[in-house]
Amino acid sequence: MKQQRRMPRRVFIKGLASSAAGVLLAGCTRMDPPTYGNVLRMGDLFTYKAHRLLLPAHSLAREYDYSDISSVPAIGTTNPADPAKCGFFSDEYGPVYEQLLAKRFADWRLVVEGSVARPRAFSLDELRRMPSRTQITRHTCEEGWSAISQWTGVPLRAVLEAAGVHSSARFVQYYSYDDWADGIDMLDALHPQTILAYGMNGRDLPISHGAPLRLRVEKQLGYKSMKFLRRIVVTDYFDDNGSKGNIQNGWSWYAGI
Amino acid sequence: MSNHRGWVRVCHWLAAAAFLTLAVSGFLILMVHPRLYLGHAGNDLTPALLSLPISNNHRPDELHSRVIFTNVPGAPVTAERNYDIFNQNGWARSLHFLTAWILVAVGATYVAIGIVSGHIRSALLPRGRELAPRALLQDLKNHLRPAAGAIGTGPPYGLLQKLAYTSVMLVILPLMVATGLTMAPAVTASYPFLLDLFGGYQTARTIHFFGFASLVLFLLIHLAMVIATGFGRQLRAMTLGNQP
Repeated sequence: MKQQRRMPRRVFIKGLASSAAGVLLAGCTRMDPPTYGNVLRMGDLFTYKAHRLLLPAHSLAREYDYSDISSVPAIGTTNPADPAKCGFFSDEYGPVYEQLLAKRFADWRLVVEGSVARPRAFSLDELRRMPSRTQITRHTCEEGWSAISQWTGVPLRAVLEAAGVHSSARFVQYYSYDDWADGIDMLDALHPQTILAYGMNGRDLPISHGAPLRLRVEKQLGYKSMKFLRRIVVTDYFDDNGSKGNIQNGWSWYAGI
Repeated sequence: MSNHRGWVRVCHWLAAAAFLTLAVSGFLILMVHPRLYLGHAGNDLTPALLSLPISNNHRPDELHSRVIFTNVPGAPVTAERNYDIFNQNGWARSLHFLTAWILVAVGATYVAIGIVSGHIRSALLPRGRELAPRALLQDLKNHLRPAAGAIGTGPPYGLLQKLAYTSVMLVILPLMVATGLTMAPAVTASYPFLLDLFGGYQTARTIHFFGFASLVLFLLIHLAMVIATGFGRQLRAMTLGNQP
């Protein structure tokens, strides 16, 4: 009788413990890009881990001379307010962008929130008044082409510090007006060349290149340097951004290669 | 006439599978932007060294809203690309890099065992007197008229055979790894000498392409020689070893 009751209870407690661990692992303690059992995503994760383990963390991407600046095509979304380009227009944010554009981004704000002490929204003027950095770097597209441009903007680090990033923060997620979402780890987010650029080749960032503000992540491929930013969220855990992120669309989250 | 050693056979087929996967995925990646350049920057708005007719992704007439950045003559411009292109890079790139890791692991294992066992020195590296012009010419003649059955399946290898194997394994494949790494922005940030060594990101990409072309050429000649000297016999020898 006793024997019979003890076994199920032990099984029950074991099961409870393991499912609690499962929930924790799947949810708020996830620190790495999920692979969903896909062998290609496992390879991407291996490359990411190898780069973080083997490559010196604080090296800078090559900066070029003014005379090296090259022509550069604008691909992907070239205007978030243009509904004609299939797959690059968001019903939710496209019309908002059109209104912002009509007032030359005077009402545009960059929301910074999440795992920060002082969530806030920055106007373009506020960002321009912050310390700026100008760099001439190579944009390397996954397609195989490259272009050298001069970028001017505020280091992401300065914006994060102004918002008071919690010490538990591990990732920075970003969202755009063409309704894409992506993210980088803190190592890339705090890198001195990771800037929120509002200037390109000495003038305001053109619409086709992400006006009014785009990210530059110089140690990764071009698609990580998101255009048309609207929101930044600091997180303590990894977020693959579901159907709006890279992984569930079949692309590597890490693009240092 | 001797057997292919067991570890040589295992490494051969792993490397063969990895090479075919890299060749196919690499070709798909090249199709997305089938133009090759020299230097650091190169794109649809700059002149190409070579434009390959393997996809319809380069359509300069369809680039719109051309904007010049400065008033200086020859100043950089930008233009919008609003047409859809062929692009399977989501899986092709990830497959390429996963397979590259595997080939590097197989290659490192092969070279390590090859050095320790003396295989590379005794069977692959040409001896001094083999490199005499007369010996070279004779070996070339032998290759043009190979006799099935008369030629062995394993070492000792002929001179041209040795030169082909060593240049693929010790020169071209390491060059492919190095130029491949030069295309990785995180790697060149840490090791910028790679950009200077190869003359820029696009030059490294162009060298990577010619490396691919020479490896395909090697594969074709290799297969022709295997067929000419007895396909079934050679296949059996490289898979099961020679039967007693």
